[in-house]
Amino acid sequence: MKLLVRGARVVDPASGRDAIADVAIADGRIAERLEAPERVIEADGLVLAPGLIDLSARLREPGYEYKARLESELEAAVAGGVTSLACPPDTDPPLDEPGLVDMLRRRAKSLSRARVYPVGALTVKLAGERLTEMVELAAAGCVAFSQANAPLKDTQVLWRAMQYAATFGYPVWLRAEDAWLASGGVAHDGEHATRLGLPGIPPFAETIALATLVELVRATGTRLHVCRLSTAAAVEMVRAAKREGLPVTCDVAIHHVHLCDADIGFFDSNCRLEPPLRSARDREALAAGLADGTIDCAVSDHTPVDEDRKQLPFDEAEPGATALELLLPLTLKWAAERGLPLVRALARVTSDAARVLGCAGGRIAPGAPADLVLFDPKAPFRVAPETLKSQGRNTPFLGRELAGRVRATIVAGQIVYEAQ
Amino acid sequence: MPANPQLDAQGRLRHLLSIEGLPRETIERILATAESFAGVTERDIKKVPLLRGKSVFNLFFEPSTRTRTTFEIAAKRLSADVINLNIALSSQTKGESLLDTVANLSAMQADIFVVRHASSGAPYLIARHVKPHEHVINAGDGRHAHPTQGLLDLYTIRHYKKDFASLTVAIVGDIAHSRVARSLIHGLNTLGAREVRVIGPQTLIPTGVEALGVRVFHDLRAGLREADVIVMLRLQNERMSGALLPSAQEYFMSYGLTPERLALAKPDAIVMHPGPMNRGVEIDSAVADGPHSVILPQVTFGIAVRMAVMSIVAGGA
Repeated sequence: MKLLVRGARVVDPASGRDAIADVAIADGRIAERLEAPERVIEADGLVLAPGLIDLSARLREPGYEYKARLESELEAAVAGGVTSLACPPDTDPPLDEPGLVDMLRRRAKSLSRARVYPVGALTVKLAGERLTEMVELAAAGCVAFSQANAPLKDTQVLWRAMQYAATFGYPVWLRAEDAWLASGGVAHDGEHATRLGLPGIPPFAETIALATLVELVRATGTRLHVCRLSTAAAVEMVRAAKREGLPVTCDVAIHHVHLCDADIGFFDSNCRLEPPLRSARDREALAAGLADGTIDCAVSDHTPVDEDRKQLPFDEAEPGATALELLLPLTLKWAAERGLPLVRALARVTSDAARVLGCAGGRIAPGAPADLVLFDPKAPFRVAPETLKSQGRNTPFLGRELAGRVRATIVAGQIVYEAQ
Repeated sequence: MPANPQLDAQGRLRHLLSIEGLPRETIERILATAESFAGVTERDIKKVPLLRGKSVFNLFFEPSTRTRTTFEIAAKRLSADVINLNIALSSQTKGESLLDTVANLSAMQADIFVVRHASSGAPYLIARHVKPHEHVINAGDGRHAHPTQGLLDLYTIRHYKKDFASLTVAIVGDIAHSRVARSLIHGLNTLGAREVRVIGPQTLIPTGVEALGVRVFHDLRAGLREADVIVMLRLQNERMSGALLPSAQEYFMSYGLTPERLALAKPDAIVMHPGPMNRGVEIDSAVADGPHSVILPQVTFGIAVRMAVMSIVAGGA
């Protein structure tokens, strides 16, 4: 389809461009110019940006279809302006076999919504004992290897897994969390957990594990992406590792940029997240680290949970929040609060994420894939279950006023979502 | 932060979930009402008709004999019908969810749910889902709160000591896992106690507890000095050996209350314990049975306090 988006404010973090312009699309790519477009989208007052790239969104297939399905979640993705997403391997069974990865990719492709990049399991069944067939998994389409939220207690296995991944140049995406220190904990170990009588996870569960990971990067040269930082001290450690020139990147879940342990209030199980929401000081360090680029990306960490698993006492509730449709408005909110120009803020969910993922999207330039989002940055809305396309209705932001509504989403030159 | 879920729009006590956030007047009203009931429990005919025709469901998701019994006695003295459900042994093991259990009981026309649960916050979840005429009383949730125990502790202290503003209260033992300690700390601070101390090894003192308004001591002797009230906490069996403590014997050596250590407190100090006691672990028998001990009166006051709470939330007393 030949498409022209006319008069939008074009914001392209990769080039730093922020100007009113027309953007032409042909054959699934951004075109230099266009004659006789089949469709023209008038975009006065709207922002046209590269489609969002989300490094962590759980689609729940295979195995957890009662929580969510590819149909619902990929619809949610494009409704949220997300055109590419990486899905963690914690499905049931986990993504530890090429056949599963292949099936997931085919299913996703047949739905023609967002692009799906599977992250393979680093160990068989995510059990932390035996390495997966990483070469075969990569051939099937895995872009990186991870344990998702599953612990890898045995540092011998961790070391060997990182060595093996480094041999073939595969990046390893890992949470930094010491399994023993985190054991039994459900909230940040501090004043609020003490007040509520919730078992705590100390901040050094993160920094101790991160120190181990950084030391193994020094030893093996593995490309490491640290997933979901939650503490101020960890941000500082990543800053030092980058200064040293180590091949380390990291991300933060968008919730942790906005919320802290005090938001648990009276045991709100929607605030039961992994890692736990930490102190207000940690939240500030995460928001600042994301602004100065120490933290490369913000991710949704989208985790649809069924109602039955959330309507439980806080410690029994399943962790996670639905967030694909909130990543853009929450990124805009963070940018507004810190006074960041849009072109710099959006880098964290577009061009920087493309760099970590190693994909061709995330920019608006002739020849680049036409993965785009057109949105009204000022349009307000109230977060309500019925407004979400995701099967998961569990979010700490229920009832909150946010700004930023997607008007249209384009993947490979096709309009895959258009607001009514 | 959402509004305090235990008060209704007019600020009246609808549920009792925690002492934290209760206005001082509400606590004082409960204590005064309990005092008026103390007379009832000493009469020959120990009943008042305040809750006649109302149903009290004791929902114990965690086993407890003492607390359940005192709630039962309190409800019966208010002329309510009492139904005891030991859920630890029934529906939960059949896989029924907490809210389904409550919905089913609600269909049997309950007025008050007295809830004990191993998870912190469980009574809040129930309170969010009950019908407008139903009331929830927290009888202990995880490590979070045990408000009727806290209130009976406050009642006991007031009975023996009158003025809170001059009091130093020392709470000794496993603060980390204690809902009793948390409830008492909030109550003492709301009523303006001069100083609340918590005493224990680092492994049993939770992170950031100072923010609740307490002074932390690791040395029992220093913490007991000039105390007016000493509250000894029960040490659960599962804490006595492992990563938190090496042994019950060593715990008693460092933190057990002996007559010699009690002598460091004020001469008229009182000794309390929420029960059940481990003699020789946290408290020496000579102290438990000695002249400073008010451990048995606590149990008696507990009935009047629970009558007061039930009559205030459900009877409009």
